[in-house]
Amino acid sequence: MAQETRTAYGEVLAELIVEDPKIVVLDADLTKSTKTALAKKACPERHFNMGIAEGNMMATAAGLAASGKTVFASSFAMFATGRAFEQIRNSICYPKLNVKVCATHAGISVGEDGASHQSVEDIALMRSIPNMRVYCPCDQFETKAVIRHVAKIAGPCYVRMGRGKVEDVYNEETIFDFERANIVRQGKQAAVFATGLMVQECLEAAKMLAQEGIELTVVNVSCIKPLDEATICQVAAEHELLFTAEEHSIIGGLFGAISECLIAHEPKKCIPIGIEDTFGESGPSKEVLRKYGLCAEHVVEVIRQTMDSCKK
Amino acid sequence: MDNKELQSHATEIRKNIIKMVTSAQSGHPGGALSGTDLITVLYFEEMKIGPENVGSYDRDRFVLSKGHASALLYGVLAEKGLLDKALLPSFRHTGSPLQGHPNMNYVAGVDMSTGSLGQGLSAAVGMALANRLDQKDHRVYVLLGDGECEEGQIWEAAMAAAHYQLDNLCAILDFNGLQIDGDITAVMNPTPFDQKFKAFGWNVVEINGHDYDEIRAAYAQARQCKGKPTLILAHTIKGKGVSFMENQAGWHGTAPSLEQCEQALKELEGK
Ligand SMILES: Cc1ncc(C[n+]2csc(CCOP(=O)(O)OP(=O)(O)O)c2C)c(N)n1
Ligand SMILES: [Mg+2]
Repeated sequence: MAQETRTAYGEVLAELIVEDPKIVVLDADLTKSTKTALAKKACPERHFNMGIAEGNMMATAAGLAASGKTVFASSFAMFATGRAFEQIRNSICYPKLNVKVCATHAGISVGEDGASHQSVEDIALMRSIPNMRVYCPCDQFETKAVIRHVAKIAGPCYVRMGRGKVEDVYNEETIFDFERANIVRQGKQAAVFATGLMVQECLEAAKMLAQEGIELTVVNVSCIKPLDEATICQVAAEHELLFTAEEHSIIGGLFGAISECLIAHEPKKCIPIGIEDTFGESGPSKEVLRKYGLCAEHVVEVIRQTMDSCKK
Repeated sequence: MDNKELQSHATEIRKNIIKMVTSAQSGHPGGALSGTDLITVLYFEEMKIGPENVGSYDRDRFVLSKGHASALLYGVLAEKGLLDKALLPSFRHTGSPLQGHPNMNYVAGVDMSTGSLGQGLSAAVGMALANRLDQKDHRVYVLLGDGECEEGQIWEAAMAAAHYQLDNLCAILDFNGLQIDGDITAVMNPTPFDQKFKAFGWNVVEINGHDYDEIRAAYAQARQCKGKPTLILAHTIKGKGVSFMENQAGWHGTAPSLEQCEQALKELEGK
């Protein structure tokens, strides 16, 4: 099945807000898009619409958390992490307050709204702040598990979600361990570290490559910070060729995180698949993703080319 | 508490401020001294805070939105007996809990980490909402700078506080007329405050921020006002109490020399 990660977010938040009286939800006039409307329906008295004022929303969230609340604050990734960056840094992360910045509509898969609404730098921004944890779940099941996970742990978290439907990678029965990067497919010659909707694209790519006799390992790095360095290094040691795949700028996101880890512990070449230091543009989601190389076919192409050039 | 007693606490707090910024050879005396009388009445009469509840958030709260006036907050906590006086000289020194701008995780009684102007009122809105959810009748106080009100987020928070009818929230505006680069009306005029806050749906009480009777009455009026947050628009003198610092923008973020410190302490002690 295919589902939007943001819908999974709204659904699980609607459960959590009823289960846990400490949870408070804030939104900035996007309750229908971010799906916090579902939580509002479940518990209207603990959902506050803060209007189109993201900076104020984040610092209000900090005040609620300083009074013992577990706060979920939502907007589009662009405005949550861009407009309110400094409020997140100074009012939430510096005092290590229990606020979960849950942003939807991340990346270029936003589609028609275009570059002004397509955040390609949010992982980089959030990852660089001390005390902040960063998660990017790939499907509805992982999203629900991540949201339950961040509701339980203390301190600031950023959860990055998308607008469009994405195919299931996991299922109802999956038991998640967010301390570990998850090897979704074990291959041999090449490994790709992927996050978000690129996990599905890489699994597709792996099927295509398998027909050519290339076995691709796919690692889902849904917890980008803190990074599971042990698994990353182990996978790096066991594979000839390494890649990263993300719906984010190749500057400072997953490629940045993996490169930093490899350079420090297991120096090895790693090739990025992501947005090449450019803004996105308007268009149907699938077409925009394809144009910017965020599709299985392009992953196959990059891996095949790299293997060919290695043979020469 | 009679006004004489308040006056003597305020004097001790002002002396703490002068000694701290002198010891650090950095910090912000001007805006700490202008807010001293307002905060003295708040801590010694208005807020229910003491050693028994200082470590908890289940009490009245105070957010120093103008976090650069940290010496005022540490100064009042020390005078109130909630902070070890022996720590004051470590202000702004390496390893000290008394950070240049307050950190809520280092000092019991610091209710919010601040320093980036414009964010504290929003945090206070969050605390006031939490009190309402918890059905607590605690009150939330926040001290704003007049220059700080040039930040757009102040007005976002003002809108939110009125929208949610946060009558448990009381903002105190330290209207000293000065910011770093000079007169607030010359730098980027944020006035008239009374009309602006009223238009945003607030109850506004205008007072002399150095007159204990007026300050006391303003807090009482704020407590009685229902359905709206209250702004106490307090006319103050930046650098109040130290003649050579009064109304001088230059003393916003400058530390006195040892001789100037001596002179300031003498003046405060009425010698
Ligand atoms: C967001 C932000 N911008 C700039 C500063 C630097 N700064 C510190 S104090 C100050 C002036 C504040 O003036 P006012 O609010 O009038 O304070 P007061 O006169 O009460 O000291 C400035 C610009 C800051 N701390 N935060
Ligand atoms: Mg001022």
